[in-house]
Amino acid sequence: MTSMRIVSGLGLLLGLGLAAGQAQALEGDAERGQQAAGTCVACHQADGSGMNVSGGESWPRLAGQDAGYIAKQLHDFKAGRRENASMMPFANMLDDQQIADVAAYYSQMPVTEAQGGEEAEEALLARGEQLALRGDWDAYIVSCKSCHGPGNAGAGSTFPGIASQHAGYIEAQLQAWQEGERSNDPQNLMGAIAQRMSDEDIQAVSAWLANQSVASE
Amino acid sequence: MKLHRTTLAVASATLAAGISMAAWAEYEQLVEMGYPAPEEGELVHVPPTMADLEEADINPELKKVIRRGYDLFTNTQQLRGENVFNDMNCSSCHLGEGRQPFSAPVWPAAVTLPDFRGKNQHVNNLEERIAGCFAYSMNGTPPEYGSDDMLALSAYHQWLATGAPMYPDQPIYGRGFPPPERPETLSYENGEALYMEQCSVCHSEDGSGLYVDGEYVFPAPWGDGSNNWGAGIVRTHTAAGFIKNNMPLGQPLSLSDQQAWDIAYYMTQQERPQDPRYTESVDQVLEQFGPTFHKHSSYGQVREQDDHRLADHANWGEKGDIVPWNVGVPRFEDLED
Repeated sequence: MTSMRIVSGLGLLLGLGLAAGQAQALEGDAERGQQAAGTCVACHQADGSGMNVSGGESWPRLAGQDAGYIAKQLHDFKAGRRENASMMPFANMLDDQQIADVAAYYSQMPVTEAQGGEEAEEALLARGEQLALRGDWDAYIVSCKSCHGPGNAGAGSTFPGIASQHAGYIEAQLQAWQEGERSNDPQNLMGAIAQRMSDEDIQAVSAWLANQSVASE
Repeated sequence: MKLHRTTLAVASATLAAGISMAAWAEYEQLVEMGYPAPEEGELVHVPPTMADLEEADINPELKKVIRRGYDLFTNTQQLRGENVFNDMNCSSCHLGEGRQPFSAPVWPAAVTLPDFRGKNQHVNNLEERIAGCFAYSMNGTPPEYGSDDMLALSAYHQWLATGAPMYPDQPIYGRGFPPPERPETLSYENGEALYMEQCSVCHSEDGSGLYVDGEYVFPAPWGDGSNNWGAGIVRTHTAAGFIKNNMPLGQPLSLSDQQAWDIAYYMTQQERPQDPRYTESVDQVLEQFGPTFHKHSSYGQVREQDDHRLADHANWGEKGDIVPWNVGVPRFEDLED
């Protein structure tokens, strides 16, 4: 299953017309991934839970994330298609096999709880729930669920799980899309929606998603 | 910006009674995104939302039934194996929970029916219209007229029409999937290339859509998981109108007219379950419906690329030999002129 997902991730890269080496179809090995992930734990933690850092840069939860999605992000960091000063040097340390292995390793971990939405007020959470589950079509904001899948737990290798992700991370990513600093999504699918979200919408949906639990398979 | 405001003022002045300026403001975002502003004399209606329902001063039992209708509309898959035999929800095509202009909003059915319908050549009411979607778009068989599910669905439609005039004599803003102008030539090859580039990331290269652990994420544009050959969206212009006005999700009107038509041309020349009006052969269906409904589809045509005659099969999809009870049932035959 893991390797299937990575292969479909490759299809996506090809579809975008990016130079995709055949190495990206490599099958990941979770045990080898654990060895290669030695430097990741400082931020992403041993259990892959990451950390919500209020007022600073939050580190995303990787535990239970789709392997194809993780591998694509690592390749994008290496190639400069996704920019992040903290992440780039670590992505650069991994070769193609190690990327596949690390991705397999984190994808097999149970999804952990997220932080950053604990103190959000009821009205904000209600708005967040609306955006996540139903969207706001008058503003042409389609629901998160319509791409990120049932329970916003992720769909295939293209649409990551965002429920039970740290609020600080989601917020930073949506802002990055809004400002054009992140653009490694297929066909600007996320960018177009982020553009139409207000600051309050971003806060609301980040807090609500962080408060959700995801049952691991 | 000033011109924009003037246009709105003119439009609102000519809107039907009961449509306030404030209501129209809800659609300002659409005009900014490139949708046409309402023309003079058009009926503009902004349907209430589910949040409005909570606030509404109506019987709490009715609220429950409308909520049930909304739930069926947005998760029609809960009727899978009973009334639905493909991978679609009502909201797969009627985006924005059936409220969205240019995405075949469903409230007009509640204020324009009963009326004569060309597709089945008799007067249909709202329930019969919804039943048609089950037989064709959902490749299934409808819930009984008057049943709880049918009543809940029609209650949701009528609730969305709250405040709109019955039998309006004006054209309705954003009704249906208005097709862009048809280009002189359509290209299957270009449509295929565009589909792979722009659509397959969500709908899969083989048109099977995207499902996570069996749960719906993106609908199947063709194949057994899709609508059958009798659904309105098999008509190329309807598919082009849907695509142009709604796809890729979140980026309506981003494809050129030519691109939207080419993708529609490609999509509507793929296989799908048989038209439930088929009794013996493709030629029989064409004899009955070729000059009307199927004049706009590729039904029974030979696909140039591989000489495959489209719809020449008795594949009913998942529903097997279940025959939708509402198809081919004439009504009012004894009425005097």
